[in-house]
Amino acid sequence: MISVNEQPLAWRENLSVSELLKICKYSFPLIIVKIDGEIVAKSEYEKFMVPDGANVSVIHLMSGG
Amino acid sequence: MENKYSIEQIKSAHKILKEFTYVPKPVNKGYSGETLYVNLSTNEIKIKQVTERMKDVFIGGRGFGLWYLWNAVTEKTRWNDPENEIIISPGPIGGITQYPGAGKSLVVSLSPITGSAMDSNVGGYFGPYMKFSGFDAIEIQGKAPKDVVVFIDGDNGRVTIEEAPLEDINSHIICEQLTELYAKDEADRLHVATVASGKAAEHTLIGHLNFSFYDKRRKGTRLKQAGRGGIGTVFRDKKIKGLVVRTTNIKGNSNTPADQALLNKTGIKLHKEIHRNDDKQCHMRTQGTAHLVEIMSDYDLLPVNNFKFGSHEKARQMASWVWEKKFTQGIPDGCWFGCTLACAKAVDGFQLKTGPYKGDKVIVDGPEYETVAGVGSCCGIFDPDAVVELNFYCDTYGVDTISFGTLTAFAMECFENKIITEKETGGLKLNFGNHEAALELLHQMARGEGFGKVAGMGVRRMKEYFVKNYNADPKFLQDIGMECKGLEYSQYVSKESLAQQGGYALTNKGPQHDEAWLIFMDMVNNHIPTFENKAEALHYFPLFRTWFGLNGLCKLPWNDVEPEDNPKTDEPAKVPEHVQNYVDLFNGVTGKKIDKKELIRMSERVYNFQRVFNLKMGFGTREHDIPPYRSVGPVTCEEYESRKDRYDKQLKEKAGISPEGLSTEEKVKKMREYREKQYQMLVDAVYKRRGWNEKGIPKLETLKDLSIDFEDVVKIVKSKM
Ligand code: SF4
Repeated sequence: MISVNEQPLAWRENLSVSELLKICKYSFPLIIVKIDGEIVAKSEYEKFMVPDGANVSVIHLMSGG
Repeated sequence: MENKYSIEQIKSAHKILKEFTYVPKPVNKGYSGETLYVNLSTNEIKIKQVTERMKDVFIGGRGFGLWYLWNAVTEKTRWNDPENEIIISPGPIGGITQYPGAGKSLVVSLSPITGSAMDSNVGGYFGPYMKFSGFDAIEIQGKAPKDVVVFIDGDNGRVTIEEAPLEDINSHIICEQLTELYAKDEADRLHVATVASGKAAEHTLIGHLNFSFYDKRRKGTRLKQAGRGGIGTVFRDKKIKGLVVRTTNIKGNSNTPADQALLNKTGIKLHKEIHRNDDKQCHMRTQGTAHLVEIMSDYDLLPVNNFKFGSHEKARQMASWVWEKKFTQGIPDGCWFGCTLACAKAVDGFQLKTGPYKGDKVIVDGPEYETVAGVGSCCGIFDPDAVVELNFYCDTYGVDTISFGTLTAFAMECFENKIITEKETGGLKLNFGNHEAALELLHQMARGEGFGKVAGMGVRRMKEYFVKNYNADPKFLQDIGMECKGLEYSQYVSKESLAQQGGYALTNKGPQHDEAWLIFMDMVNNHIPTFENKAEALHYFPLFRTWFGLNGLCKLPWNDVEPEDNPKTDEPAKVPEHVQNYVDLFNGVTGKKIDKKELIRMSERVYNFQRVFNLKMGFGTREHDIPPYRSVGPVTCEEYESRKDRYDKQLKEKAGISPEGLSTEEKVKKMREYREKQYQMLVDAVYKRRGWNEKGIPKLETLKDLSIDFEDVVKIVKSKM
């Protein structure tokens, strides 16, 4: 199990950041991904595997309107 | 369509009613120091001086507009009284060309739809050209007996009121005509900017203004809209066909800033940032704000069928990539010089299928996100060509696409619920998704006929009309009619974001997202969980965004592109580097020394003044800050069932109510009790943070602290306490 923006989500093996964003339907371009407090660079989204138990923040910057 | 009259005929039919000459004052540190007053009842034209107090307290733009309007009207003035004014002002930064998004005009008037002060922010060249012709604002009062054009000749220091019988009314024609009429030759068209409205503004309360700019690559005029609140209706009620300004005084330093080098440096930094990041971030240069369509649907925020739902599988038919193909690419589409974010996209050569211009090939400005969602998904319409056609006719007829979308969606839901039938609509089958009916409704508005006239009154008056004439249930209509303070909602579903419910309903002018857009912060990031957190956001962001309107700035370059290291800053949602840019721009232009705290204080003065303005006009108290329930939660069982898992979970985890064994109706009721209570608690927290009492009235100490405790302001506040 991991937590994404304070909501529980089932973890599975080989879960990349890109995959996670797809599952959550987080398609907004201006986001910051932090895993256990550390920012993951956009260029790492494909490679970076989310560990079980991770606390993930996907911070959406405002845009809109 | 061929113009009925030649430019020569139009010109020779003009009769000068009043001529006024003046010596244009050069702009110094963002201000010319003078404003232009025109009275169309008496044909009086005069110049007013801008006082230091006006600059200190009201800054410019929306602030100047509110101040002039405050002095022009009494609590008894109605929108169509001659005392009502239309004020246009660009603000001190407005007109610089070094920084993207710095050419906006702010328009202020008493709104036909809300009855109180309305402000609307618009691109195009009119505001900056007017300033470079010597005026920080134009104030138009009175009503002409016959159609007129007001012309400011900035090069020769001459203002005229001219009877103008032969021009068209609809904007895509009249803006071309006036541009040609007042330009010396084709190359000179770049020096002419116009303001016009359209036929539907004459028959509805949702009329908007089109501000033009001449696009020399397309060899045609482009139109940007001051959309909200029916100011186009006031414009036509005053019998104004057009405002025109012509000046050749358009240089990079026409604002005569205190520190040109600081502006250059700040601008270059952002141009480079846009160049590096826009293609990776929001694609504003290729898609404009339409980049948001599929994103809003993914996050359940895209209004569908009168805000019942937040997403739809067909939303992808109107997704960003569809618009990218339709928009002409490779042309720098800025609505003011120097805007490299260039989001003012256009569909060129669009062949119209309906209406008086059927068969014509036209330039259609936009559609922007709000239009796609408003006349599109909110009405259950997912056909991009229908959206472009609706967009074109709304623009040329002078009708706000946001209000048109929201009120049409409301009428459609009433039709589907048999509150109105074909008998009442005169045969229009107003089912969700029927774009032919939506277009016909729009044409009826322009002709002043049939159900178009009823719908054109807006959602609030339609509700009253349906109750009175068709025995409709007022409670249900109140729940589904997406208006607050009389203004139709703009196009975001706010059900899952308490902060955004406040962001809409706690606004001064009515539910428009340009005060606060907090949905991601609140609903997705969970960054503002407590009432105090939400109240803080509902203090800061509306004030920050108000500041753009005081200075003639566009909001988009603030946070639709961001520096690479923004994520590492303390408060990424504020985009601190860009906030500092704005501080530098203001100081660079005016020579003052503000910091980011003072920036907020500047807005706070005007924002509280506008709240008191609402009080003056009989609004501005708590009961006017309550949203329709459709903006807060599921009104119907159908809505609840469509998101059953989410709502059941919330009932259990947030409200502490087990959904088991409850019917959907009971669950809707329980959810409503919970959410409405939450909203009231939010209101308490926001009022407290804003320095207002529990009725929503600014406290006397707040006014004093902000130095806006003027005698007449205090008197009004005391009378309402
Ligand atoms: S970002 Fe778009 S709307 Fe804003 S000034 Fe630039 S072109 Fe105009």
